[in-house]
Amino acid sequence: MSDLLSQDFLTALITGGLVAAVPLLFASLGELVSEQAGVLNVGLEGYMLFGAFLAFVVAYNTGSEWLGMLAGIVAGAAGALIMAVLCVRMNLDQIVIGIAIILLAEGSTSLIHDAAYAESRPSLGSPSELAIPGLKEIPILGDSLFSQHAIVYIGFALAFVVGWVMKRTSAGLSVRAAGERPEALDAAGVSVTATRTWATLFAGGMAGLGGAYLTIVGAGSFTPFITQGSGFIAIVIAMLSRGRAPWTILGGVLFGLSLSIATALQLIGVNIQTDYVQMLPFVVVIVVLVLFARRSYLPSALALPYVRGQK
Amino acid sequence: MRARTMRLGEATLIAVVPIVLALVVMGVLLAVLGRDPFTFYADMFQRGLFEWEGFQESIIRSAPLLLIAAGLIVAFRASLWNLGGDGQFLLGAALTAGFAPSLLDSLGVWPMLVITMAIAIAIGGAWTLIPAILRGRYGVNEIITTLMMSFIGIGVANVLVKGPFRTDIGGVARTDLVPFDERLPLLFGTRIHLGFVIGVAAILAVHLLMTRTSLGLRLRVLGASPRAALHAGLSPVRLTVIAFALSGALIGLSGSIEILGVQGSFRADFNPAYGLLVIPLVFLARLNAIGSLVLVIVFSVIQIGGESAARQAEITSDVLLVLVGLMLLFMAVIEYVRVRRGIGTAYVPPEVADRVRPPGGQGGDGGASGVPAGEPRPAVGAGEVGSG
Repeated sequence: MSDLLSQDFLTALITGGLVAAVPLLFASLGELVSEQAGVLNVGLEGYMLFGAFLAFVVAYNTGSEWLGMLAGIVAGAAGALIMAVLCVRMNLDQIVIGIAIILLAEGSTSLIHDAAYAESRPSLGSPSELAIPGLKEIPILGDSLFSQHAIVYIGFALAFVVGWVMKRTSAGLSVRAAGERPEALDAAGVSVTATRTWATLFAGGMAGLGGAYLTIVGAGSFTPFITQGSGFIAIVIAMLSRGRAPWTILGGVLFGLSLSIATALQLIGVNIQTDYVQMLPFVVVIVVLVLFARRSYLPSALALPYVRGQK
Repeated sequence: MRARTMRLGEATLIAVVPIVLALVVMGVLLAVLGRDPFTFYADMFQRGLFEWEGFQESIIRSAPLLLIAAGLIVAFRASLWNLGGDGQFLLGAALTAGFAPSLLDSLGVWPMLVITMAIAIAIGGAWTLIPAILRGRYGVNEIITTLMMSFIGIGVANVLVKGPFRTDIGGVARTDLVPFDERLPLLFGTRIHLGFVIGVAAILAVHLLMTRTSLGLRLRVLGASPRAALHAGLSPVRLTVIAFALSGALIGLSGSIEILGVQGSFRADFNPAYGLLVIPLVFLARLNAIGSLVLVIVFSVIQIGGESAARQAEITSDVLLVLVGLMLLFMAVIEYVRVRRGIGTAYVPPEVADRVRPPGGQGGDGGASGVPAGEPRPAVGAGEVGSG
């Protein structure tokens, strides 16, 4: 058992876990805000793919990781714009449009990648790290926890910032009202449509940034379908966080660690089939839902269009 | 059931227009990529429809899709989102592929076919039980639970195929191959297998079930309003379980058909992800079984022909995902125009769209299930506001 605490194992587990957790964290943070506003982004996976692809293209051509991430945010938000126009403004079905966005993202990124990069298969250099002096020197865990890409620290900090905004500011109150009681928000003179549009674009931008992390920091290159269901996992995390943003960290890390534990175990000679480990978080969630079903929470107006005067 | 009484011509028109628009936009996209769209579409319809070999391929491809469509219709008619189709499909496929070789040795072809299909039906149906109960009793959102059960199902299928069902032959983990002669019988000297007949029969059976039987009526009442169902003395929990089980069973069977008719064995990480592709088709058909039958076959022609045309044009066949995505978008936009003008019926019945949230007031705890812990909330639930 001493192997389990060895430096190699912990480094692989935590580094791999963070690589898997950060995209989930960003995407679920965005989805959480959007769900609170009453918009269910089934197409989150699509925003992530758009973000992952454009981020890679920009980072590869400019050589700048940060421009790449910015491009990821823009691409994700552009995907969410389809959602905002068709579902928030035109009140079309959020799930049908969500599925359409996923299919469009999967098809178009794969198609363009195939046309432009299939033969050259370019990849980015290894990502830069921002080591935090002092903390980095903590034995065993320090090196893997505190010499990460700067965006990792930003992601964790952002969860608390979003939590604070949602709870303590009037903007946060508007977002929650748009999901819980749109008619009350409307009566208070705040536009439900505008609130939901911004929340949806925020979800798109965050999911796009998560996708950008996948290609720029995680893989160093783009492969079609690189998100592999992360968008759906992020929706699950957002729903389980029940509107409390800092909880997305817990969810992201839990899912991230379970994705990386199989690789880490192989390093110390324990061979466990990755399928078991990848199922684990879903099994945990189902068990939790079965045990605490009554406490599962969704805003009451989630996925419902708001039409003034109708109800 | 306005869909049934709607004039056939109009129904056809609004199903065809999104497909045509999607083909046009895709054509522009192909031109941008430097491919001749006319050649592409000529290749596509040549291979998928006009060439006898290719047309048979299309029909073969439609068999599992028909069963999935049938399964989705049952769930959607009851206003339940079964998005866990991929897990149910793969479990049906994996168990079929795993048990088929030994059953073949001990019992022979026909018992093997019947037993493996029965197993697939059972597992597909059983896999929906948890989401159904959570949904029916506690109003837990079934979109999320079916998706999670789907991921678990995909994992279990792969664990089985890489573990107990794995063949001794080296290479990629897969199950023992069912010999070609001992699969589902072929029809009248063609290469089309019996699965197509099963698929068509399933679609027709679902049509009759939903339109001619009391169970179908009860499911539609549940779909229209769970509260009305409760007041009519029906049990929403039991009906939810029944609708989900039927849906999962049909989709599980489709996995079995795919193995017994086409694949012969289950290779690790096999996942054609048909689930998401069939959803737009049944919506285009407005959950009408007969309309779905036609659209599934049209889609199979596009898929089989498109795969071939993509190879000819040297682009990835993922281009077809763009096509389906565009079809969905245009379908939604046309619906918007139609609803604006107040004509015809919506693709997605409003009840289906409305019931994404937990039902208010069901069994008295539905409203309470929407209360976020630690946040104050007025005593009246959203459901009560809606009805009052």
